[in-house]
Amino acid sequence: MTAKRILASILLGAVVAAAPGPSQAQEPDGAAPVRVVSMNLCTDQLAMLVAAPGQLLSVSYLAAQPRSSAMAEEAQNYVVNHGLAEEIYLLEPDLVIAGTFSTRATVAMLKRLDIPVAVLSPAYSLDEVRQRIIEMGEVLHRQEAAEGLAAEFDARLAALRDKVIRQPRAALFFANGYTSGDRTLAGQILSAAGFDNIADEVGLPSGGRMPLEVLAMADPEVLIRGSRYEGNSRSEEILDHPVVAKLREALPGAAVTDRDWVCGTPFVLRAIEELAETRRKLETSP
Amino acid sequence: MRLLGFGLTGLVVLLALISLVLGPAAIGPAESLYALFTDTGTPLTLVMREIRLPRMVLALGIGASLGLSGAAMQGYLRNPLADPGLIGVSASAALGAVLAIQTGIAAHFAFGLPLCALAGAVVGVSLVMLLAGPRGSSLTLILAGIAISSLAAAFTSLVLNLSPNPFAANEIVFWMMGSLSDRSMSHVWLALPLMVVGWALLGSLGRSLDALTLGEDAAEAMGIGLRRVRWQVVLGTAAAVGAATAVAGAIGFVGLVVPHILRPLVGARPGALLWASALGGAAMLLASDVAVRVVLPSGDLKLGVVTALVGAPLFLHLIYRTRREMA
Repeated sequence: MTAKRILASILLGAVVAAAPGPSQAQEPDGAAPVRVVSMNLCTDQLAMLVAAPGQLLSVSYLAAQPRSSAMAEEAQNYVVNHGLAEEIYLLEPDLVIAGTFSTRATVAMLKRLDIPVAVLSPAYSLDEVRQRIIEMGEVLHRQEAAEGLAAEFDARLAALRDKVIRQPRAALFFANGYTSGDRTLAGQILSAAGFDNIADEVGLPSGGRMPLEVLAMADPEVLIRGSRYEGNSRSEEILDHPVVAKLREALPGAAVTDRDWVCGTPFVLRAIEELAETRRKLETSP
Repeated sequence: MRLLGFGLTGLVVLLALISLVLGPAAIGPAESLYALFTDTGTPLTLVMREIRLPRMVLALGIGASLGLSGAAMQGYLRNPLADPGLIGVSASAALGAVLAIQTGIAAHFAFGLPLCALAGAVVGVSLVMLLAGPRGSSLTLILAGIAISSLAAAFTSLVLNLSPNPFAANEIVFWMMGSLSDRSMSHVWLALPLMVVGWALLGSLGRSLDALTLGEDAAEAMGIGLRRVRWQVVLGTAAAVGAATAVAGAIGFVGLVVPHILRPLVGARPGALLWASALGGAAMLLASDVAVRVVLPSGDLKLGVVTALVGAPLFLHLIYRTRREMA
């Protein structure tokens, strides 16, 4: 974080502290929240899509990173938080939106401090993406905007589900040898794009570690691998293992762009679109 | 003695074969061995040659390195508690390896990884030797080892936590507990040359270590250059353990358990214990690596978990005995 930004957040904190306290008793059907803080990458993006101008105050720092967030540029317009109770409390929110996997201690502390916290679970399927959009609308009292977004999502998804002549068998392969099956969002993206998933064949519908030899013996037609992060790690070394390298040479491949794949937002459509393109190329070639 | 040699060799060969035919992909033993030796053009050959063979070779080489360095250090320090894992050599080698990966040295220079691990191990062994001394008590040796291990582990965690890569922090477990899953032939070529250098240095120590049992003065009178022996122990252990740790992480207790079990069988002669411990170490690591795959076929159970489950109780027993001797 730059010094300028730190200074800005301190100043902001001071201004906010001087203002009258947040509406602590927010009735269930009360007025729409006006100072909303989101502390989870996925709720960040949904909130940015659904919120009224000025309603959303802060998003998590991950939302500002182009590697993980599809809305990194938009995120620059918000205060960045690191999911810490202290900084969030000082922002004086009247609603905090967290994910199921946000730090429990932080969420519990915010609740103890009488700040309303809405917890949204991650989406594991395309249906759930739609549900989360609607839920976000309810949480932010922006039902109309959310329904509009959901309708657009449905329409674009329907257009994408074109006729599939043959479903090629694809393998998702990430750092440390992890894969994702049909019970995960990544698996759903894959099947929406018209692929069969090796992970389901080898009994990993919820994903998990797929040993290299299982990958090799499964003999996939397409290898879709995780893209690399900056810095070095031995976890990602497996993507260069001779076995994976041979598959990469021999097979058409694609790389997972994390920003479109990790969160249940309408951006998953972009991931499906790109994958479907790979599949079409495969169908036309003998 | 010859019987012991045949027995151990037979055990190593048997375990190596089991290691080759065992894996998460269910393939018949005959079929898999056939695919190893003849290129069948199927993925099976790839699996055998690029996944299982390197795993077996590494288990063999790393086990031998750990057993041999344990026996050599115990002979030189005349202390049954000296084990490269316990006295911090593995941990400092791991720190060297982590630094090589995180600074990018490992990516830019082929032998950067094992050489940095070697450098880390040299620092580790030298510190232990300096702190405990050749005539130091068990207590000083173990205390020095704990201090060096904790310090190296702390730096390793620090470096991995500071890495911009989100996976790096999770790798702490690998560097502390060790694993052989998903290694390739390139890891074998990376580690083996340095390990062989270590074996040569340690393997030629037999006569000197035997002489040292009579005391340093007697050994010097017999024409043993103590300075040279010390350097051989330091560099040999560092090369063998450094290369092993660079590709498989820190695996503890092999160098403790194996010499302990074999010592009575070789008539307590440190020279003979060297080769016996190399074979025994290879057998123990192969067996542990088979065990992790039987317990959790598709998971990645760490090798150090198994070796510690076997080794730690023995360690407690040794401490208990040492205490009684001191009293």
